[in-house]
Amino acid sequence: MSIRINPPHVIDKTSTKSIMLDVIIAMIPAMAVSVLFFGLNAMLVIITSVTACIALEYMCSIYWLKTKNNTQDLSAIVTGILLAFCLPGNLPLWMVIIGAFIAIVVTKMAFGGLGRNIFNPALAGRTFLFLAFPVQMTLWPKPNLRDFWNYDIKTGATALEIIKYSDVSTSATRLDNNEYLSSLPDYYDMFIGYISGSVGEISVAAILIGFFYLLYKKVITWHVPVFYMGTVFLIMYAVSLNSAEPIKYNSFLHVLSGGLMLGAVFMATDYTTSPMTAFGRIIFAVGCGVLTVLIRLNSVYMEGVAFSILIMNAFVPLIDKFTKPRIFGTGRK
Amino acid sequence: MYRTTGIYIKNNKISKYKEIVDAGVPEVVYIPLDRHVGAPAKPVVSKGAEVKIGTLVAKADETLSVNVYSSVAGKVVETDDKLITIKTSEDIYEKSIDTSEGIITEIPDSKTLILEKIRKAGIVGMGGAGFPAAVKLDIPETCKIECLVINGLEGEPYFTADNRLMVEKAEEIVIGARIINKLLGIQNAIIAVDEENKDAVKALVGVTKRYIGVNVKAVKNKYPTAAETQLIKKLFNVEIPKTKLTRDFGYIVHNVGTVYSIYNAVMKNKPLYERIVTVSGDAADNPQNFLVRAGTPASYLANKAGSIDNARLLICGGVMMGTEISDVNTPISLLDGGLLMFKKAKKDTEASPCIRCGRCSQNCPVHLQPFEIADRLKIGDTPKLYKLRPSDCINCGICSYLCPAKIPLLDFIKMAKEQIR
Repeated sequence: MSIRINPPHVIDKTSTKSIMLDVIIAMIPAMAVSVLFFGLNAMLVIITSVTACIALEYMCSIYWLKTKNNTQDLSAIVTGILLAFCLPGNLPLWMVIIGAFIAIVVTKMAFGGLGRNIFNPALAGRTFLFLAFPVQMTLWPKPNLRDFWNYDIKTGATALEIIKYSDVSTSATRLDNNEYLSSLPDYYDMFIGYISGSVGEISVAAILIGFFYLLYKKVITWHVPVFYMGTVFLIMYAVSLNSAEPIKYNSFLHVLSGGLMLGAVFMATDYTTSPMTAFGRIIFAVGCGVLTVLIRLNSVYMEGVAFSILIMNAFVPLIDKFTKPRIFGTGRK
Repeated sequence: MYRTTGIYIKNNKISKYKEIVDAGVPEVVYIPLDRHVGAPAKPVVSKGAEVKIGTLVAKADETLSVNVYSSVAGKVVETDDKLITIKTSEDIYEKSIDTSEGIITEIPDSKTLILEKIRKAGIVGMGGAGFPAAVKLDIPETCKIECLVINGLEGEPYFTADNRLMVEKAEEIVIGARIINKLLGIQNAIIAVDEENKDAVKALVGVTKRYIGVNVKAVKNKYPTAAETQLIKKLFNVEIPKTKLTRDFGYIVHNVGTVYSIYNAVMKNKPLYERIVTVSGDAADNPQNFLVRAGTPASYLANKAGSIDNARLLICGGVMMGTEISDVNTPISLLDGGLLMFKKAKKDTEASPCIRCGRCSQNCPVHLQPFEIADRLKIGDTPKLYKLRPSDCINCGICSYLCPAKIPLLDFIKMAKEQIR
C-alpha cells in the first residue's frame, strides 16, 4: 500500500561544510590583523599553508584512501589556516610545506581522514616544526604597520619569552632586570595585537571577535575556552600571590599573550579531537589548563599550549568513556 | 517547569488561526483496521452490507484491540484483514448517536459504565501512539494515580489540529477531563498547552474557572516535549524509563483529541470515527484544519486544501516522525494529526564522515549516543550495542535532523534495535 521512507523529512541546514565555513569566517579578523602587522610574509605563510593542505588532502583522498574528493568540506582550509596561525610570520615557506605534510598526511589522513584523527593536525604540524627547526620557529618578527613589503624585518622576543628569562638571580643587578622587563609590551598593544608572536595568536581582540561569532553561530560552546583560560588564569594568580617575582606569573599576561587564546578558542574546541559531552569538555579544558601552566612554569619551553592540547587529545577516548551520558529514566529515583 | 533536552524547530504553524472545517464525504473510504496498538480488529460486516455512520464494522479481537466503526453511510464493497472499503451515500447516523448540538455536563455515576462506554467506542490514543484508551484507563488496584495529564502540545511543525480543538471545544475537553478524573477517583487534571497558543490557553482558562479539578498549564514547547515521558519530566521532574508505564509512577497522560473523543463517547454515545487533521505544507494553497472521517483518502483531503498535483512529497503525520506516502489513496487513520504536502521531493543527501561534533548525543531527549550506536552497528559489535540501549530511543528524529554530516542516525538506531532483539 504505502511505501515507508524514513523520517525525519526535514533536516537542519547546518552541514559539515557550513560549520567549516563558519570557522573560516571566524578566523578572518585574526588573519587580517596578522597581514596588517606582519605584512606580506605572513600572507605568504597563510597562503602556502592553505594551498599545501588542500593539495595534500586531495592527493591523499584520491590516491591513497580512494575516497571521494574530500576537500569540498573545507576542513583542509581550516587546518591550513590554523597551522599558519601558530607559525612565525617569516618562516621559510618550504618549512611551512613540511608542517602541512605532517598535519594532513601523517596526523589526519593516515588515521582515516576527517573525523578519525586523534590529534589536532595543525598542532601536530606546528609541534613537529618546533622540534625540528627550533631556531627558525622562535624567530618572531616585530610588527610593523608601515612595512607591508617587509623591507626591514626586525625580530623580537614574545612577552612570554621576556618573562621566562627575567631572573633576579642571574641578572647583574635588580635594576638591569627591571630595565629588561620594561621591554614588555603594554596591555593595550597585547589586546590589539601589536606585539611579536606567531601569525594568528597576536591579537586578543581579533580572536575574541571570532570566538563570539562561533558562539553566535552555535559552532562551539563556551565551556572549553572559558574553562581553559580560567584554569590558567586562576593557577597563575594563586602562584603569583606567594612569589618573589609576581611578574613571572602575571595571570593577565599569561592569558593575553602567547598562544593560549588562539588554542583555547580554535584548537581545543576542535570537534574531532575533543570530548563529546559538555562535562567531558570541561575536564578536557581544565586538563589543558593545568598542563599549560606546568609546561610554562617548569619546562624549558615558554609556550605550553600546543603540547598540552596534544597531550589531552590522547586522553579524549578515556574522558569520553567516563563521561557517558546517563540514559533517561535510569540511575536516578 | 523542569528542564528537558530538546531543540527548537521552525514550527510553521500557518493554520493556527484557521477554524475547523468539515472535510465532507469522499466517494470511497478505506477504513484501516490495524493502525492501533494490539491485535487488528476483526471485520463483522461482509461485502455488500449497508452501513450507517457509527455502525460497528470490525470488532476488537482481544483485550488489547479496539472496535472500529464506519465513518460514513454506504455500502461495503470490499473487506479484508486490514481494510474495509465503503462506497459512500448520503449521511445517515446510527440511532444511538446523540447528534444534538448542546453540551452535556452531567457525568454518569458508574465507573464501570464509563469505562465500558470508552471501550465500546473504540477510542485510541490520538496523539499518534494509538494505544487503546480503555486499556490505559483500566487501572489495576495496585497503582495509585495522582495526576491526569492532558497533552495539548503539538511538537510536530505545521500541526495545529489539537490547538484548534482546544480553542473551539474547550468545554467538551474540560468535561472529558472530569470524566477521566471520575474514573480514576482523583480531582487533579492538568491540561498542558503550548504557551505560544494563547487562544487555546485563554479558552481553556475561561472554562476551567467553572469546573473543579482541572487546571491549565502553559508549557514552553521544545521538540519533543510533547512526547509523553518528556512532558512528565517537564512538569514533575520525574523520568520514566522506557520499560515502565506512566501509571506505575502515578500519572496518566492523554492527548486532547482522545479526551474529546471520550467526552463524545460517554456523553453522546458517539463512537470514534473522525478526528481533526491539519492539512498544510508549502504546496497547500489554503492550509486548514479539517474534521476528517477515518479512511478518507489522502488525495481527497489534499485537494480540499489545494491541489495534489502541486505536491511532489506527501507526508502522512508530521515532518519529524510521519511517513512519506507514495500512494495518493492512502487512507488517513485516526492517529494522523496531519497531512503535509510539499512542492519539493526530499533531496537525497549523501552522508559524509562523522566529525564527532556531539550534536546528536547532546540533544537526544533520552541521552543516547547515536553516533556510537551507528559505529558499533557498522562493525557488528553486538555486545557493546546492547549496552548503548538503542531500545530506549523514542524515534523523535533529532539526531538525524541535526547531524551536520547528514548521517541517517535514526535509521541506524532502528537497525540496532532489530539487531539486539
